[in-house]
Amino acid sequence: MTETLTGDAPVSRAAALPRHPPGDLAIWVFILAELLAFGVFFAVYAVTRMKNAALFDAMQPNLDRNAGAINTVLLLAGSWCVARSVDSIARDARPASVRWLGAAIACGGGFLVVKVFEYAAKFAAGINLATNDFYMFYLSLTFFHFMHVILGMAILIAVWIKARAGGYSAADHRGMETGAAYWHMVDLVWIILFPLVYVMR
Amino acid sequence: MQYKSQAVAKPYFIAALALFVAQILFGLIMGLQYVWGDFLFPHIPFNVARMVHTNALIVWLLMGFMGAAYYLVPEEAETELHSPKLAIALFWIFLVAAGLTVVGYLTVPYATLAKVTGNDLLPTMGREFLEQPLLTKAGIVVVALAFLFNITMTILKGRKTAINTVLLLGLWGLAVMFLFSFYNPDNLVKDKFYWWWVVHLWVEGVWELILGAILAFVLIKITGVDREVIEKWLYVIITLTLVTGIIGTGHHYYWIGTPEYWQVWGSIFSALEPIPFFAMTLFAFNMVNRRRREHPNKAATLWALGTGVMAFLGAGVWGFLHTLAPVNFYTHGTQITAAHGHMAFYGAYVMVNLTIISYAMPLMRGRAANSNKSQVTEMWGFWLMTVSIVFITLFLTAAGILQVWLQRVSDNPMPFMMAQDQASLFYWLREWTGVVFLVGLVVYLASFFIKGEEKAAA
Repeated sequence: MTETLTGDAPVSRAAALPRHPPGDLAIWVFILAELLAFGVFFAVYAVTRMKNAALFDAMQPNLDRNAGAINTVLLLAGSWCVARSVDSIARDARPASVRWLGAAIACGGGFLVVKVFEYAAKFAAGINLATNDFYMFYLSLTFFHFMHVILGMAILIAVWIKARAGGYSAADHRGMETGAAYWHMVDLVWIILFPLVYVMR
Repeated sequence: MQYKSQAVAKPYFIAALALFVAQILFGLIMGLQYVWGDFLFPHIPFNVARMVHTNALIVWLLMGFMGAAYYLVPEEAETELHSPKLAIALFWIFLVAAGLTVVGYLTVPYATLAKVTGNDLLPTMGREFLEQPLLTKAGIVVVALAFLFNITMTILKGRKTAINTVLLLGLWGLAVMFLFSFYNPDNLVKDKFYWWWVVHLWVEGVWELILGAILAFVLIKITGVDREVIEKWLYVIITLTLVTGIIGTGHHYYWIGTPEYWQVWGSIFSALEPIPFFAMTLFAFNMVNRRRREHPNKAATLWALGTGVMAFLGAGVWGFLHTLAPVNFYTHGTQITAAHGHMAFYGAYVMVNLTIISYAMPLMRGRAANSNKSQVTEMWGFWLMTVSIVFITLFLTAAGILQVWLQRVSDNPMPFMMAQDQASLFYWLREWTGVVFLVGLVVYLASFFIKGEEKAAA
């Protein structure tokens, strides 16, 4: 988007709009596959809930909504930091870009910490995959997402290390965009998962 | 052929094709026994024919993978093989062990074989696909370890490429997963649980990495597309494979006494298993369309494209057909499974082996590609075998649907054998199509002996 803002002649605007998605095309193939996996999981959740609405409604209040809400804020903030980082590198503001990335990684780390406490409380209460259908889905979905947060952080850390070494510039930061796109996917999935499993009745 | 030591692949490929013939012959025997129960009784009972059919398949595919590794690893690493002598020695050990095992299957009763080969010491026999005597299993481990040592040393001293890395990961995974064939708990649920770690995690896990690496290698060679592009595809494909395939093991855990959540996990993840195969199809066609050179070996290109399409149909589509728990509740262990098994094994692993053989054999025989006449013959083999397997799959699917209906869905369910009788028309059709497959195989093999004007090796 920054390219379009700097274009001074209105005629050049259309030409300046990027014709490819940001980042590497391969990551988009991967993101689509991930979204499909979560999509199918959500659909199966929906069908199972429809059949066992009473059980799901009875179990849902046992989840820690505050932890979920804090995690939502953390992921949204993290995504914002990543966007700021890409924006900074596009203006060649390299130190700022590295700092924003660091902040995003910290947000991701915060998410994991909150989640670990949430899981610890559930496991302490003797809840496991076999407890009932609701908890099976709760644990499976959130853990599957949890693994994606870890993967997303691994990618962000790799990008961060390269950024610190001066590996990106305004002219070439596709690698950073690639990592950013994946992180936004992790965020997007949570934005659906949280209301679906924790809140919606 | 750029390195002399690549030539050790040749005996592996030849032996693989010989075992392929044995596999098909025993397949035809079994196919006939479906409709003519006492054919060859008591000399070759159905269970023995089946064991030879499936074990010959596994062994020849492994032979082919080893040959492929010996051929492509030195070229990728840009160095000679660590020890060609070891590779040749292992070839003979493996071949003799496989031969003796088959002779054992055919000449003595299975129980006697188990007794004389020390199955009492560590019982591992008697399980589908893992019927091999303890000695053979130990031999497989020794051969696999020495083979991996040879390949790993070669890669360590040479250039590291994505193709070699993925291939190595696949081959090590193959060896490690095989170790579970030695674990045979008394608890039947646990037995089956870990049995799938060999069977499923081979064909829907690590073998796919080997398949991807071989396909990527051949595509680089025949299309001249940038390595960077091909390697990126390879990484995407293997990531998708592992993400879907590993938890996809759950589609075998629906009804064996494992916890219920496997029905959800198995259904969801295995439903996504067609994706990496679809990516592979796109990959093959994309690369061939973007080719930067016209490679004289058209037959190899055809095999590579065929692998993409048939692996997707056989493993992807036919697998998806019966992978969801509510569907599998009815289709489990019927001819639907057999239909899927035939097209998946042919489309993915037979065809990728024939792809690398088609590409590498002419080079090892001192020419870039076979004569036009030979290639046309090879392509006849391709079409006869591929079309036959499609029809075999369709007939078995029809038999399977009929079986599910008569035996499990209808108001008055029939016993197994009565339902089988009703499907005999489809079994006859399958058997005759099998004969066409054998003709295709003979035509394919004949193409190796057809001379004609050749182009010199590049």
